[in-house]
Amino acid sequence: MNNILTISSIALSFTIIMCMARAVKGPLTVDRLIAVNVIGTKTIVLIAFASFIMNETYFIDVILVYSMISFVASLGLSELIQGRVDD
Amino acid sequence: MKMAIIVLLLIGGIFFFAVGTVGIIRFNDTFERAHAAAKCDTLGAVLSLSALAVYGGFSISSIKLMLAIVLLWITNPVATHIISRAEYRRRIEKNAIGAGGNENI
Repeated sequence: MNNILTISSIALSFTIIMCMARAVKGPLTVDRLIAVNVIGTKTIVLIAFASFIMNETYFIDVILVYSMISFVASLGLSELIQGRVDD
Repeated sequence: MKMAIIVLLLIGGIFFFAVGTVGIIRFNDTFERAHAAAKCDTLGAVLSLSALAVYGGFSISSIKLMLAIVLLWITNPVATHIISRAEYRRRIEKNAIGAGGNENI
């Protein structure tokens, strides 16, 4: 089981690196915000995989708090985007 | 049998993450990228966390994982919709959508 979760974590980390390419070279700020939002979701799943690899149950509380904080951060940054006329 | 279900759910989750990442990289417009990112957020994360919940069995950690799944189902499409609405209102204010807008968006 640990081998399956390790291989899944490696594949998911590779997709996180590919999303960082869009977060670096997005033409607009909205593209960067979308890429960062997806990276937040992938880190939630990665923390869950690490919790089951290390046999530590208290990482799942970290998942709940991290998802709520990521949602509030997306709301605040979208409010910041609306008033920006010059790209 | 349980291991087969876990492997199938994990393969589905990683597949949807990969499809969403390819969509984010290769699409040209912002709204298409947001549409691809919403699939990554909902289906990939929910299938992966469901695989971990099946592995945990009936325990307190599986209940917490189900709570995280419900919270992701509620919050993540709302976040994608609010980001897209902010961009749409920004482009209307800039007069980029409609007759005679600039083409390089």
